[in-house]
Amino acid sequence: MDLLEYQGKQVFARHDVPVPSGRHAQTVDEAAAAADDIGYPCVIKAQVQIGGRGKAGGIKVARDHGEAREAAEAILGMDIRGLTVHELWVEAASEIAAEYYASVVFDRSAKAPLVMLSTKGGMDIEEVAESDPDAIARLHVDPLLGFQEFHGRRLAFEAAVDADVVRPVGAMLARLYDVFVAEEATLVEVNPLIITPAREVRALDAKVTLDDNALFRHPDNAELRDPSREDPQERMAKERDLTYVKLDGNIGILGNGAGLVMSTLDVVAQAGGSPANFLDAGGGSKADAITSAVEVILSNPNVKAVLFNIFGGITRCDEVARGLIEAFAQINPTVPFVVRLDGTNDVEGRQLLAEANLPNVYTESTMDGAAEKVVELAAAVPA
Amino acid sequence: MSILVDSNTKLVVSGITGREGTFHSLRNRDYGTQVVGGVTPGKGGQDVEGIPVFNTFHEAVDETGANTAMIFVPPRFAADSILEAEDAGISLIIAITEGIPAHDELRAFSVIKKNGRARLIGPNCPGILSPGKANVGIIPAAFFREGNVGVVSRSGTLTYQIGNVIAQQGFGNSTIVGIGGDPVPGSDFIDIIGMFEQDPETELIVMCGEIGGDAEERAAEFIAENVTKPVVAYIAGFTAPPGKTMGHAGAIVSGSRGTAKAKAEALESKGVRVGRTPTEVAEVAASLLAAAA
Repeated sequence: MDLLEYQGKQVFARHDVPVPSGRHAQTVDEAAAAADDIGYPCVIKAQVQIGGRGKAGGIKVARDHGEAREAAEAILGMDIRGLTVHELWVEAASEIAAEYYASVVFDRSAKAPLVMLSTKGGMDIEEVAESDPDAIARLHVDPLLGFQEFHGRRLAFEAAVDADVVRPVGAMLARLYDVFVAEEATLVEVNPLIITPAREVRALDAKVTLDDNALFRHPDNAELRDPSREDPQERMAKERDLTYVKLDGNIGILGNGAGLVMSTLDVVAQAGGSPANFLDAGGGSKADAITSAVEVILSNPNVKAVLFNIFGGITRCDEVARGLIEAFAQINPTVPFVVRLDGTNDVEGRQLLAEANLPNVYTESTMDGAAEKVVELAAAVPA
Repeated sequence: MSILVDSNTKLVVSGITGREGTFHSLRNRDYGTQVVGGVTPGKGGQDVEGIPVFNTFHEAVDETGANTAMIFVPPRFAADSILEAEDAGISLIIAITEGIPAHDELRAFSVIKKNGRARLIGPNCPGILSPGKANVGIIPAAFFREGNVGVVSRSGTLTYQIGNVIAQQGFGNSTIVGIGGDPVPGSDFIDIIGMFEQDPETELIVMCGEIGGDAEERAAEFIAENVTKPVVAYIAGFTAPPGKTMGHAGAIVSGSRGTAKAKAEALESKGVRVGRTPTEVAEVAASLLAAAA
């Protein structure tokens, strides 16, 4: 789960990571009142889970009440790379002497946490990594040992931070590592990490990704999820315990097992089609899970045809066939379905489908054949 | 020959008294695997259709001489169970459980690596099948028969799909290893491919990768340096958009990293044949084997 900046800063504050004081606002009036309380100059910041907010005009400085209202009006409802701004964070403007970058990430290759520090903060770190890789100091931490003071010193000296802030920057990294471990994050990133003219170190931004699998141990964090921000189809799927990712095409896809579903999307794309979703019905799917899955797929109005690609292992093909027959009884779909059943109890499953004689359902025996058929059917439906 | 599991495997199952644990332990035993015990704290002294249940891994190892563990407990207990098996001296730990917290996984992996006496396969994997010898996990054995193709995969059902097409072409498998779809797998492609290279029965290696991480790219380097046997690869997720987790926790394209295209190119640049579809992978594998025969 990705946190919004202000949520990340609230998490930071719990671990003594210094952040500018600020308030959350959802309307122009709330933002202006918050700005009056905080005092001027202050900064009005769009709260969306995407980078590049500043460039898009989603971060504005206000020097008085009028400018605060103007900024809030401009930013609320703004579209930033496909996301609409519904929330603002209003915070005291900071004086900046230097902008650094700091992060703690899960390094999959090394299978260890990786701490990074750079004096080239305030810009896209992927660009810095490309153009000037030596500008980023990196250090893996043994998770059994944890972050030690010497780790902080090494990073600070290697990144060549100003000599007078070696100690406080090291201490800041230790606190960010605390956030990473204690909150079970997979990413903690601060860009920029600023040095004020008074030589204080502060987190001016906060990007935190929490491990969904660990939220059961962090009920406070679990409550930060705002279902209204999620795509309605994805939310519906989550409520039914299905793994669903919405895509922008018109062919609904259902399969069992993440790898097989990904592969099905690819094979459909190679056949000239465009998948509308990823849906993994999971191992051992029973008939009712299949019925729910059909409902989720068809709730996307773009879907013109649906492909079922099942290779039964623990999942039994006869259960899948029963689920599909039940779904037709309940929903009466108007789009064509192509069904490919292979593996455990495939003969029984195909037999059930043949007997049910469902309208507009085509069975195919191979994955490639099924993909070609569904692409042909989707193309035949008038847009 | 085969790798990792065979007729010498003596398996103890953590979570054997749960519904799924019981079902798959019995299926594994029916296949011929020596399932010598189970572990469920508080249920020591009971049995599951004749398989003795112990309170601790230590007891199970002392009583049965078990050398392999299968982890079937729910995610919040799984890392602890892995660590208990390692502490009890089990040398091969196969973790089926999906959804283990990442920091738990990292800690368990770090302990195993530091102590250097056990190998972890998974978590979030379908297990290991050596056809005709032993099945540990949830792979449906009926689709596979003995042969000389070694398969290593991040995905379960995709493996069945490819294995099935290979079987239809008349070839069998030495061992099928599911390394799992999590960000921190206990064993990587290179660990398993290295074992297949050493295994006299394996004549060809099929690897099934997917988006996310750089395990496939590292495998490409490893193959170029260390592997003499032919390797055929498949990568799933060419159409996956960046920033979206495609079912497996580990299957995510972050920025420009971890794309299927980059992985396929890395493998092809080292002479590995990459099939565009699961069917093509199986066909390429079959044609290479037929040419060698």
